[in-house]
Amino acid sequence: MGRTLAEKVWDDHLVVKGEDGSPDLLYIDLHLIHEVTSPQAFDGLRMAGRPVRRPDLTIATEDHNTPTLNIDKPIADLTSRTQIETLRRNAEEFGIRLHSLGDKEQGIVHVVGPQLGLTMPGITVVCGDSHTSTHGAFGAMAFGIGTSEVEHVLATQTLPLKPFKTMAITVEGELKPGVTAKDIILAIIAKIGTGGGQGYVLEYRGSAIRSLSMDGRMTICNMSIEAGARAGMIAPDETTYEYLKSRPHAPQGADWDAAVAYWETLKTDDDAVFDAEVYLDAAELEPFVTWGTNPGQGVSLNDRVPDPALLDDPNERANAERALEYMDLAAGTAMKDIKVDAVFMGSCTNSRIEDLRAFASVVKGQKKADGVRVMVVPGSARVRLEAEAEGLDKVFEEFGAEWRFAGCSMCLGMNPDQLAPGERCASTSNRNFEGRQGKGGRTHLVSPLVAAATAIRGTLSAPSDVVATGSTLPPVIESVGVPAGAQSTAEGSAR
Amino acid sequence: MEKFETLTGVAVPLKRSNVDTDQIIPAVFLKRVTKTGFDDALFHAWRQDPDFVLNDPAFQNPRVLIAGPDFGTGSSREHAVWALRDYGFAAVFSPRFGDIFRGNSGKQGLLTGQISQEETEELWAMIEADPGIGATVDLVERTLTLGDRSVAFEIDDYTRWRLLEGLDDIGLTLREEAQITRFEDARESWRPTTLPAR
Repeated sequence: MGRTLAEKVWDDHLVVKGEDGSPDLLYIDLHLIHEVTSPQAFDGLRMAGRPVRRPDLTIATEDHNTPTLNIDKPIADLTSRTQIETLRRNAEEFGIRLHSLGDKEQGIVHVVGPQLGLTMPGITVVCGDSHTSTHGAFGAMAFGIGTSEVEHVLATQTLPLKPFKTMAITVEGELKPGVTAKDIILAIIAKIGTGGGQGYVLEYRGSAIRSLSMDGRMTICNMSIEAGARAGMIAPDETTYEYLKSRPHAPQGADWDAAVAYWETLKTDDDAVFDAEVYLDAAELEPFVTWGTNPGQGVSLNDRVPDPALLDDPNERANAERALEYMDLAAGTAMKDIKVDAVFMGSCTNSRIEDLRAFASVVKGQKKADGVRVMVVPGSARVRLEAEAEGLDKVFEEFGAEWRFAGCSMCLGMNPDQLAPGERCASTSNRNFEGRQGKGGRTHLVSPLVAAATAIRGTLSAPSDVVATGSTLPPVIESVGVPAGAQSTAEGSAR
Repeated sequence: MEKFETLTGVAVPLKRSNVDTDQIIPAVFLKRVTKTGFDDALFHAWRQDPDFVLNDPAFQNPRVLIAGPDFGTGSSREHAVWALRDYGFAAVFSPRFGDIFRGNSGKQGLLTGQISQEETEELWAMIEADPGIGATVDLVERTLTLGDRSVAFEIDDYTRWRLLEGLDDIGLTLREEAQITRFEDARESWRPTTLPAR
């Protein structure tokens, strides 16, 4: 019987095959570190007198806590500063490469790995962060781990793991204008639920997935964890190779050829069997938005806030009632009538250059709605430089948005970028949990295009709701992520 | 890690589903660089509400948490396990757990047992009828007992064995040192290293 993509990558990293119910021991090709989930792991090493086995397969950056303003000044929050300083000391002591605040490679760990070309097909990637699933967009097996596991990987460069089950998520067809990767993944999570992927590696397939750029694919894989899955993967193709080729850490010469020859084998075999399969029709998708307090509580933007009374499952009903109370929403309200106080454009889900371009394409020449605070936070210092080279910073500033330095920022509000209690935010991030963006804050998850249109109108809006100002070009509302090389659509047969 | 065989203590019903790790411990508490002292942070936002179950005098010094489905979803923060442990919990039961949370728990000696939705609701009702009732967790027999009601819970054999023996994962893995080195020797040269790029 054939094997799936996930099974192939798994098998090629087996150090020891587990027997009698014990887990497999898997080799880890790349370990990403940040300041929040690593201090206790390094402490554990010190206490046991263990070195880092492979500093050359480990890289660190500062992202969760870092300020996005005045980055040349000492960090005001003492506990944040301690955590950053602890990471710097640990990196120095254990010989780990670190990109600190102010460095042009600093940024959100899941933006930095791919942009350096460290993330590549057929490798295993771990990080003490659940959104490590992002790197699966390259056909890597990538998943988030806890601090004990961070220590384990530092000490052994391996992890004991039970094999995952596999789930195919096939999205066929063409997306409507204004519908993007973010809408696909929000629709998938609404369909299978926040627990639907538990125990699975998801493989995203089908023509709609193939047509996405790497940035779009990363958005999809990033939110696999919001469906409960630890990892999501997309088979590598020309789009992947094209993205990777010119990156600093891409293999060179004969290594590149050997790598591509191997990567070409990383497709799910025709006769492979998935443990579960899900289908979505891309043509039916609309811009999507969440109404509740978990990422599965989403509807089309043209829809209304659902009525909990109509839910059969008493648990789901209670959950929905609680969510509406927290969100201060009444069942039946049109989503587009919901006013926001803030718009957050950023996070490891949507802070890459294409995301910023998409946002800029809608807000260019417009003014933000009165009273709405708009923050644009690039995913990395390099993305920031790239955006500035294209003049996007000017577009944002003229629009009335704040243009910040790179980091996780208001996605989780560990730095000063937080919502005030009761504030409502349209956010391109990944979690609408209670208090996630600040205690009492209310989050609606949206795509960059919807965030932009919402920032203009002050109510949840689709880009098609925005009236062009006339003084400039009308907004570009094509789906984000059509790759430069259109030849990649031919790869649609790789299934 | 201490060995876990049986445990008896107060059981708390947490009648909510989808309790994500942001609720178990908000991000603001993740800035610490230590591994202990997170008891104040546990369910921090909910504890501001005087009616929250942990504020009920009947449930002081609890050891066992019985929660709705999808407990521990979301962020990978192991701090969620540390906060539960620091507060005194030694075992959590739910019809379904977030994968990363469940893995983290096993490594810190926090038992996570899976029971059905019906059993969960039945036990909640028993606790409501008799708040402060003790629960006995028997990992050898894989049972959770309240009063005269005993339910079997699911936990995988390997995690159970490690909890029973109190074994440290890293020590176990380092027994395979020779295998790891052999794997590394065969690692293809195209695979990434983080050494400064060309």
